[in-house]
Amino acid sequence: MKIFPVVLTILLAITWGTTWSTPADPKDDHHEDVSHLCESHDGHGHDEEFDPGNTAFHHISDANVYSIGPWNIPLPCIVYAPGQGLDVFFSNKFDYDFMGHGDGQKSYKGYVLVGGSIHRISDASFPQDAVDVHVVSDAEHHPYVCHQGTGYHLDAKSTADGGVFGGGITSFYDFSLTKNVTSMLIVFGLLAWMFFGIARSYREREGRAPTGIQSFIEPIFLFIQDEVAKPFLGSKYMKYLPFLMALFFFILGLNLFGQVPFFGGSNVTGNLAVTLVLAVFAFLVTNLSGTKDYWEHIFWMPGVPAWVKTILTPVEFLGVFIKPVTLMLRLMANITAGHMVIIIFVSLIFLFGKLGDNMVGGILTTIPAALLTIFMMSIELLVAFIQAFVFTILTASYIGAAIEEHHH
Amino acid sequence: MVGSIAALGMGLAVIGAGIGVGNVGAKAMEAIARQPEAVGDIRSNMILIAALVEGAALIAIVFCFLVA
Repeated sequence: MKIFPVVLTILLAITWGTTWSTPADPKDDHHEDVSHLCESHDGHGHDEEFDPGNTAFHHISDANVYSIGPWNIPLPCIVYAPGQGLDVFFSNKFDYDFMGHGDGQKSYKGYVLVGGSIHRISDASFPQDAVDVHVVSDAEHHPYVCHQGTGYHLDAKSTADGGVFGGGITSFYDFSLTKNVTSMLIVFGLLAWMFFGIARSYREREGRAPTGIQSFIEPIFLFIQDEVAKPFLGSKYMKYLPFLMALFFFILGLNLFGQVPFFGGSNVTGNLAVTLVLAVFAFLVTNLSGTKDYWEHIFWMPGVPAWVKTILTPVEFLGVFIKPVTLMLRLMANITAGHMVIIIFVSLIFLFGKLGDNMVGGILTTIPAALLTIFMMSIELLVAFIQAFVFTILTASYIGAAIEEHHH
Repeated sequence: MVGSIAALGMGLAVIGAGIGVGNVGAKAMEAIARQPEAVGDIRSNMILIAALVEGAALIAIVFCFLVA
């Protein structure tokens, strides 16, 4: 049985699982009346100001629609609320603009689509069948839903990263196939197709020179094997090589996929839940293959005086957890920072366009903004490789420390 | 004064990143000057260490972003 696709599948399945969150009781202490926002709202007549912060947040967050260029493709939504049960439907039930902002025109079973993400109406007495709503926002860009003149509060979208990017622990679980999960499946499909093809050509062309994509991947593969796996893992490198390779190529594939501009441009590895799962895998593989020497070095380091041991033991124990946490945060921060900078460079065009009386500022800014974006995207290509490499080499180093033989 | 103090925190974190990566680069260039045939090894290690230092600074920046 081939290990690499199995590991990749398990990686994916659990990564999907971490887009879940734990529900909490909906807070009843913020039920001020927001119906005043519905009366003054006259449809989409007003000129919406460009908000760079919100735009950046929207583009680096997950969504329940897949945006390819200007079009929003609906994705399956799987939501569960305790007391309401499981609902599975396509997000076009929300009747959003195919080429718009992703605000739903209809609610469905108490859920609405705001800016591409599912939110739930806090008020439990909202009608459960599909009714017409429209989404408004107040001065601080908090969204509310208007239905027949009354305003309703919304629970935040449900994410597992504790509300880092505008989500959090809310009253419903969101298990949907979101943009990130779809991107992961696409990258998995591409990687599987590529590597099965390469494996087949190695079998058929035994002893001959590599051709095609085999000759492109071979130097990268051998680089990871000779510079990362063998030096750190020694003679037992074969046992961990599939895991390290899966980690490297999956992270590299996701990083590069997130750089492609219009095809989703999904910030997958910048999502804390995804990197959390990868770090958990590194943590599990490291600690489940720990020898007695490894645990001895953590809890009772040999060769130091007893009073130093009392300082070292808590530090080492915390280190067992902090090392995967830094893996998670490093990858997330690097990729998210890169995406944000590119989004801001492109937003410059819109900002300059709004500054003056006409659009000339925007047109003239296009060239410098485009050049800056090209520059930043080339750096991001480099960062994609470097971050995948750094994740892999640190994981290899931690596994190597865990399986090291006693040689005092 | 307007704005958030988190922006100051971000700037300080970037100072740390600048000093750290600058040191790594400087020592790497000295090492290459001393032994030009080892440039491949030195370059890979330089990039690895720079990524680690940069990681710490970027983690600080993301935390400041959340606080603001």
